[in-house]
Amino acid sequence: MTEWLGPQEWAAVGLSLKVAFWAMICAVGPGVFVAYALARWEFHGKQFINILVHLPLVLPPVATGYLLLVTFGTQGVIGGALKEIGVVFAFRWTGAALAAAVMAFPLLVRSIRLSIEAIDPKLEQAAATLGASRLRVFATVTLPLMLPGLLAGMMLAFAKAMGEFGATITFVSNIPGQTRTLPSAIYSFLQVPGGEIAAMRLVVISIIVAAGALILSEVLARRIAAKVGQT
Amino acid sequence: MSVEVQIQQGFRGFDLDVGFEAPKGLTVLFGSSGSGKTSVINAVAGLAKPAQSRIVVNGEVLSDSAAGRWLPTHQRGLGYVFQEGRLFPHMNVRKNLLYGNKLSKDRCEVASFDQVVDILGIGALLERRPSELSGGEKQRVAIGRALLARPKLILADEPLAALDEPRKAEILPYFERLRDEFSLPILYVTHSIAEVARLATTVVALKDGKVDRVGPAAEVLSDPSFTPMGPRAVGAVLEAKVVRHHEDGLTELSANGVALMLPQLSHSVGDQVRVRVAAHDVILSREAPKGLSALNIVEGKVHSVRSGCGPGAIVSVDTIAGRILARITRRSAAALELSGGVTCYAVMKSVSVAPQDIGAR
Repeated sequence: MTEWLGPQEWAAVGLSLKVAFWAMICAVGPGVFVAYALARWEFHGKQFINILVHLPLVLPPVATGYLLLVTFGTQGVIGGALKEIGVVFAFRWTGAALAAAVMAFPLLVRSIRLSIEAIDPKLEQAAATLGASRLRVFATVTLPLMLPGLLAGMMLAFAKAMGEFGATITFVSNIPGQTRTLPSAIYSFLQVPGGEIAAMRLVVISIIVAAGALILSEVLARRIAAKVGQT
Repeated sequence: MSVEVQIQQGFRGFDLDVGFEAPKGLTVLFGSSGSGKTSVINAVAGLAKPAQSRIVVNGEVLSDSAAGRWLPTHQRGLGYVFQEGRLFPHMNVRKNLLYGNKLSKDRCEVASFDQVVDILGIGALLERRPSELSGGEKQRVAIGRALLARPKLILADEPLAALDEPRKAEILPYFERLRDEFSLPILYVTHSIAEVARLATTVVALKDGKVDRVGPAAEVLSDPSFTPMGPRAVGAVLEAKVVRHHEDGLTELSANGVALMLPQLSHSVGDQVRVRVAAHDVILSREAPKGLSALNIVEGKVHSVRSGCGPGAIVSVDTIAGRILARITRRSAAALELSGGVTCYAVMKSVSVAPQDIGAR
């Protein structure tokens, strides 16, 4: 295997897995919160939040990447402040993870929101009458019942993060070993003569990882659905 | 031991203004849909906040707008039995039963887990999922879950409405036991007069968001002007005791000394039962009737004659057995010269007492 892929290619695969994993992990908390707020609460500016969340899905990824660069770059409003406390996104793998998280966020929120909306609020009321505080209702009733949708959303977000290209390359460029993820590596190979074979190998790997994530999410979702008694 | 409720709310043209005090026992909130009974019970549960409210259960103030107090639902110490059970689908029966139990460890137990499982006969269901239960079984588990939450107040919102007749007959006795064996106040919402007759200690009848009647069940139900479901549903409730089972298939009851014959009941001798006598099943006679096939005849004095603009009249007759209502025509009332104080005989067709209208106490 090591002969089949060069060290640079392995680096790209490893980096992509790392970026996608952290993007998924960091997005899931805010994703659940936003999805819950959109599904269960009525508040001013709900529609605005909804549009904001979905923007990365419909905006050209390059535009999203540029906006990230403007806000989270070292000269950016937030990036500048974060730099003071030692957190740098620009041209680092952490930036790639941020870009992937932002791009995957709408898919994650949609999936979780649908699964929350499928839960009968009357069950949550029943839990409250039995003495459960709001937090406990969420932890013991809402969360277990939304688990299939949550896992499916996480896997979808992971697959999306693996494939994120436009926003990533705009925000953190294409630095080998630092920000050259799988899609960036494929793109780079296609730019040099004789790189098609290497590019094809990486494409095959992309397909395997993406399909694996989808299959895993299906299996998990089904297993959990059977466990929580919902079909 | 009492429940005190004061609620005011104006909502989309529907004004709710309800106030009542209920003594210990089972209080039925009775009324047609849209009368505001669910709004009242949800305010007591803290699930919906009315504009003005004061709710006190056994001296504990759950809400008092004047003092700015509104206890959140989970701190009210409730056991709420919903119409649809609302069992948690991702937990088995045992976990459902213990859900509120684990959250109320600081209060005294109403009944132990084993007691509740035994009373409700759900021992065989403990490891099952709610999706594997029948409607009646779900409701039994829901009652158990409410009891095990160590409630200070039991709420029930039409807990039988989603069940068919045999299932209703299966669940009703559990509410009777709840009423009789535990000294918990119970607030029970229904639009079924049969459930009122069988379960209620106190009736709070609601109409268009206002309290129409409050009082002990027998009193409210035998009030001839109380015709919530139309004159056809009017009837009186008599308290009686099972005296003996006759060989010919009849059961003899004694209502304060007056013998009543009913088709075989399953109750044992000595049991206290409530008998509902529908007004349209009662015939009146000025003289002691002879040669009549009806078995149940009782002498009494006319208390009042009420008639509206229709051809019918409701006559209430005070007897030793209790107040009985008769629905006759205005023409008959005039022909018999019925008026307050007149002696007459109430003839009850024994077959008229429907099984679901009779309940053990």
